[in-house]
Amino acid sequence: MSLMKVFNISGSAVSAQSQRLNVVASNLANAESVAGPDGQSYKSRQVVFQSQPTADGGAGVKVSSVIEDNAPAKRVYEPGHPMADQTGYVTQSNVNVVEEMVNMISASRSYQNNVEVMNTARQLLQKTLQMGQS
Amino acid sequence: MSASRLTESIDFHGRALLLRAERQKVIAGNIANADTPRFAARDFDFKAALADATGSREGAEPSAAATGVATTHAGHLTGSGGTGGTGRVDSTVQKYRVTEQPSIDANNVDLDRERANFADNAVRYEAGLRFINGSVRTLLSAIRGE
Repeated sequence: MSLMKVFNISGSAVSAQSQRLNVVASNLANAESVAGPDGQSYKSRQVVFQSQPTADGGAGVKVSSVIEDNAPAKRVYEPGHPMADQTGYVTQSNVNVVEEMVNMISASRSYQNNVEVMNTARQLLQKTLQMGQS
Repeated sequence: MSASRLTESIDFHGRALLLRAERQKVIAGNIANADTPRFAARDFDFKAALADATGSREGAEPSAAATGVATTHAGHLTGSGGTGGTGRVDSTVQKYRVTEQPSIDANNVDLDRERANFADNAVRYEAGLRFINGSVRTLLSAIRGE
């Protein structure tokens, strides 16, 4: 029954979107993190979605990898900071907060869409189960 | 009127339901991949698939591709006798949607369109269910003689 597969497909999408949301949360939490003693600051992370064909012509989705953004880190002039270097600059993460907020909204909308798809499939299945009884 | 004539309509709508469920799955795949780079949205020609599944296309016999039943022996039943019909549509029958607004990541899922298609397909699925329920009720009242 193809309607059962809808749960697999939308379920994979919901799971992928929630992982994306997870990464966004991690990025936003570390937006203000400064570089540790090793001089390495937090690097913004992004998920990579990949379509995953099912055996019978459907198309699920999975997170194929989580990549690190290699954009240059933010440097703030703050001579009094304990982590400041000789020139008085503190290295922060390279997270772009605006981009992450957009990412969050997009992930949340896609999540809702897929939940709605599953709800519709559930209603249709329920009505199919009652076939011939009414 | 033979019994097969009575159940013919139920059989037809049953096949249509299977194809509707199949289309629902394909559209769910499109919505699931709304954010996947380089994903091409798919769909299939419902009219042609239904004609294939019910054998109503000129040339008669229902094709194995649409019904999932292979006949390799003269004694085998074709899908038209109400025996087979998984409603499966081969991925070869599926077609890619035409891009209307190209995006930078080469994904051509138009979410508004897919949602509209999804809702439309769901309503038509329910309509199919009602047709079957109506036929069943008619049959039952004929049997009971009420």
